[in-house]
Amino acid sequence: MEHIRTPKVEQVKLLDRFSNKSVTGTLHLTATHLIFVESNSTSAQEIWILHHHIASVEKLSLTTSGCPLLIQCRNFRLVHFVIPRERDCHDIYSSLLRLLRPVSYDELYAFSYNPKQNDQEREEGWQLIDLAAEFERMGVPCDQWQLTDVNREYKVCKTYPRDLYVPITASKPIIVGSSKFRSKGRFPVLTYFYQEKKAAVCRCSQPLSGFSARCLEDEHMLQAISKANHNSRYIYVMDTRPKLNALANRAAGKGYENEDNYSNIRFQFVGIENIHVMRGSLQKLLEVVGTRSLSMTDYLVGLENSGWLRHIKAIMDAAIFLAKAVTVEGASVLVHCSDGWDRTAQVCALGSLLMDPYYRTIKGFMVLIEKDWISFGHKFADRCDQLDPDPKEVSPIFTQFLECVWQLTEQFPQAFEFSEWFLIQIHEHVHSCQFGNFLGNSQRQREDLQLKERTYSLWAHLLSEKQNYLNPLFSPSVAESHPVLEPSTQAYHFKFWRNMYNQYDRSMHPRQSILKHVLTLQESKRELEGTVQALKTKLQKFGVSTSPLKPQTPPRERSLPPRPHTGGERTVEGSSATENGYGELMGSFGSKNEPGVVTLEFGVARMTC
Amino acid sequence: MEFAELIKTPRVDGVVLHRPFMPTVEGTLCLTGHHLILSSRQDNTEELWLLHANIDSTEKRFVGSLGTIIVKCKDLRVIQLDIPGMEECLNIASSIEALSTLDSVSLMYPFFYRPLFEVIEDGWQLFVPEEAFKDLESMTDEWRLSEVNKDFSVCPSYPSLLTVPKDIDDESLCKAASFRHGGRFPVLSYYHKKNGMVMMRAAQPLTGTNGRRCKEDEKLINATLCAGKRGYIIDTRTIAVAQQAKARGGGFEQEANYPQWRRIHKAIERSNVLQESLIKLVEACNDQSHSMDRWLSKLEASNWQSNVKEILTTACLAAQCIDREGASVLVHGTEGTDSTLQVTSLAQIILDPACRTIRGFEALIEREWLQAGHPFHQRCAQSAYSNGKPRSEAPVFLLFLDCVWQILRQFPCSFQFNENFLIMLFEHAYASQFSTFLGNSVAERVKLLLSQKTVSLWSWVNRPQELERFLNPLYEPNNLVIWPSVAPQSLLLWEGVFLRWNRSTKCLDEAYQEMAHIIEYNKELQNKVNSLRRQLAQLETEDSPLQTP
Repeated sequence: MEHIRTPKVEQVKLLDRFSNKSVTGTLHLTATHLIFVESNSTSAQEIWILHHHIASVEKLSLTTSGCPLLIQCRNFRLVHFVIPRERDCHDIYSSLLRLLRPVSYDELYAFSYNPKQNDQEREEGWQLIDLAAEFERMGVPCDQWQLTDVNREYKVCKTYPRDLYVPITASKPIIVGSSKFRSKGRFPVLTYFYQEKKAAVCRCSQPLSGFSARCLEDEHMLQAISKANHNSRYIYVMDTRPKLNALANRAAGKGYENEDNYSNIRFQFVGIENIHVMRGSLQKLLEVVGTRSLSMTDYLVGLENSGWLRHIKAIMDAAIFLAKAVTVEGASVLVHCSDGWDRTAQVCALGSLLMDPYYRTIKGFMVLIEKDWISFGHKFADRCDQLDPDPKEVSPIFTQFLECVWQLTEQFPQAFEFSEWFLIQIHEHVHSCQFGNFLGNSQRQREDLQLKERTYSLWAHLLSEKQNYLNPLFSPSVAESHPVLEPSTQAYHFKFWRNMYNQYDRSMHPRQSILKHVLTLQESKRELEGTVQALKTKLQKFGVSTSPLKPQTPPRERSLPPRPHTGGERTVEGSSATENGYGELMGSFGSKNEPGVVTLEFGVARMTC
Repeated sequence: MEFAELIKTPRVDGVVLHRPFMPTVEGTLCLTGHHLILSSRQDNTEELWLLHANIDSTEKRFVGSLGTIIVKCKDLRVIQLDIPGMEECLNIASSIEALSTLDSVSLMYPFFYRPLFEVIEDGWQLFVPEEAFKDLESMTDEWRLSEVNKDFSVCPSYPSLLTVPKDIDDESLCKAASFRHGGRFPVLSYYHKKNGMVMMRAAQPLTGTNGRRCKEDEKLINATLCAGKRGYIIDTRTIAVAQQAKARGGGFEQEANYPQWRRIHKAIERSNVLQESLIKLVEACNDQSHSMDRWLSKLEASNWQSNVKEILTTACLAAQCIDREGASVLVHGTEGTDSTLQVTSLAQIILDPACRTIRGFEALIEREWLQAGHPFHQRCAQSAYSNGKPRSEAPVFLLFLDCVWQILRQFPCSFQFNENFLIMLFEHAYASQFSTFLGNSVAERVKLLLSQKTVSLWSWVNRPQELERFLNPLYEPNNLVIWPSVAPQSLLLWEGVFLRWNRSTKCLDEAYQEMAHIIEYNKELQNKVNSLRRQLAQLETEDSPLQTP
């Protein structure tokens, strides 16, 4: 490829981020990946970094051992190479600079990635998620809600999908009128229908109310939403922004609903900060957790100052408010922020997930993302920095949503069919541009790009390795008895998601994973059950009848047989004294290097190449 | 003294009990010499039995004639009792106050408690130094068991039997003892079988300002080094604190006098600072009104997690010196009864797989805490709700348990016991019907005749029906050294203790049950497969003579 000046550099050192360890190897630059192959032949590790994952490349000043190159990735990996010759370093540096800034969609990996599927398989992959079927599952269309074709040609709203659901009493002129009074034409539409109480969750953007403007059609629209629900006389309008932000928007001719103009609405500010605040917050967080020999005080102060967990809690609080209004009061809720594609997506998606156990299954979670994020036009291309972009548009909005879900899995370990590995893997691919799902900013753009013909769907890929993402403790019966999750929002329940933000810093992770352990057991369970059956069949040939397995509980073995002594040289995977830096044994006498065992496993998002 | 004198009102009806996450209970409140009992006298409702010794502090409030007593317990639980009648309430409150602060050890509940179970294995006989020494003897002949302290006169906080280098006679030990704070001369704490390196512990040397030295002390610790080898002295105090100690007659080993040793200073806080830290932490955890920022800042200000990190780091360092550097280690702080024991016991958990079993862990606590003279009675007299100025209370043992929990979190398959075991030990260290944690030293326990008059905690815990609760279903023994991460991101708040009463654990408990069930079922399947295989093999061998022509 023309951008690659030096395809291979040898004798490159890879420094560990937190210890003084380093390994030597060869750096390869391909059209899609930067690859580091350790020279040590016995335990050679390979690191594959997709160009799209690289957020920034930095060339530090020359040292005696070479030229340092610092690469920061969007999946929170940080690699520090030292390249012996400055010339090579510069070549890699400038090649990368070009490679990680694709100028057209055609350059994205998804358009060259080929998992060796035929066209039919590709098509089936894209058909896995069917949003019309999803609305049908919720019970829509029904006597109060209908499908409208007003946006069939993307004429009313370019950033909405073609198929939209509105109250049956909302006529076309009302819809069109309302859309003209809403930022970017994003008028109120249905996103979730809570069948039990006939309550609806609707979403839109802010009204163009300024200081005094009003719009009868828009008022009618809200009335129609309200009337579609006989259980409640009022609807909630949740403005997910801090009040101050909404007020400021009024000066620009936008703003929020005036309660005097809309009958029977209960207006509520929620106070989630905007994309710029969130971007800054994550940056601060990453700085803190990337610090070497971080003290506990600096960690906790840094965590607080970053504000990250405060923002996560704000989103969670909003979603809980939404879920309560719908499930307890039976009221319909209209959610918006400014444009209705960031905070609104977070709150609607998370709120639905609290209400509906289906969204806590693997398939259901895909549907939820497809609905509230992809189809309703969360600007993945801009927020995730897919094409040479405006840095002011980049923001970890979707990451926050994934984190909120993770926080819930911590409080409800049996409520989700998937484990955090699923969330981490989705996060990985939102940024990888390897699959078509998250490319572009809207459905319309995705159609223009012919993604379904030219790229593959992530969902098919994830489903094909579903067993890796299962939560072995998932209990559908818990979901049946407690369909609505009621999480606690006490501050101490929100934790730092180490396995996401420090996912590549293996030395920090638990050295034995309960999740991995139990998953392995589930796997061996199937095998053992098979073996039992096979043995029974054989025994029957000898005329021996065997008792069924279940009721028989053999006496428990109290003392487990000790394992054979395995010498002292091994360490539990990834657990070593030197990596942790307990103390500087300066000029230690006769210190030996220990064998470092670092293998990638699930839990660290893996590249699929 | 009769308890009856202290109980002004033994019984009040119509008392309402409020506990977080549990329905309120209305019933009769009774006070006995050792318990506060609330019973609704209905079937199927559990009664509250609270040991007076578990009560850390109380508060009274009145609204009209309805009195409210808020009882704060040493296990960090807070309950509220609504008592009708001002006089009754005042009487109850003052009785609780008096009964929960009894000074005399011999009035404590363990002296009155009679077990309802049959003691099969007497906990008092479980961990005797002679047995431990036999194990050591099988590995090395360089140590001997000294009786120099048999009447506790050389060192009142040491047990009567001590493991010391073979070549050092009792006379030298006495001289070394006079050179160490509280007479705590260096003794063996742990022998690392893999490379023969050892960990010793002591109290600070009494060098004072004029740099006193003691040849016998030097000879004693040098006797533990192999020819040509050097060792590490880990002083748990910062160099500044150690310097200051000189003015009070203490100090540290001078390089000139201990040329074969390299000294490393760490910064584990002293006990009074730790008590402050616990109080602040629990205050932060109990305030439900905190915003995220306030919670994080309170958590930080309590310094608890910093203490956990520092203790764990020091223990890892000691283990690293022994296992990776192949050097022997001497650990001490000031008295050698607090931070020293945290470090030596945690290092053993990292190094020695035996300490990760239930028996091994009990033995470790017995060896490194009870017999090593951690002053439990003083340290655990009050917990996080103590109002007064702390005397010598400090959560030294709780911090140790917290550190063990951190390692358990990181190596969930390497321990035979689970979190409940650690929480149980925390509870019993502060208030118990058993006497294991009574007193400050072996000498005191001998004097109190505990082994004759009271029941050991181990006699109860080690019964199979109790052990059940404490077994870790994930346990798979491994003989490896386990190196925990001490990065702040890896260290968590021990919710099982600090948020125990502030959250509903239903979902977490059910998930744990499910996990245990999966593991259990897998074991059953494995057993089934094995037995079927055996059966089949047997039939096949029985058949084979017929098949052979």
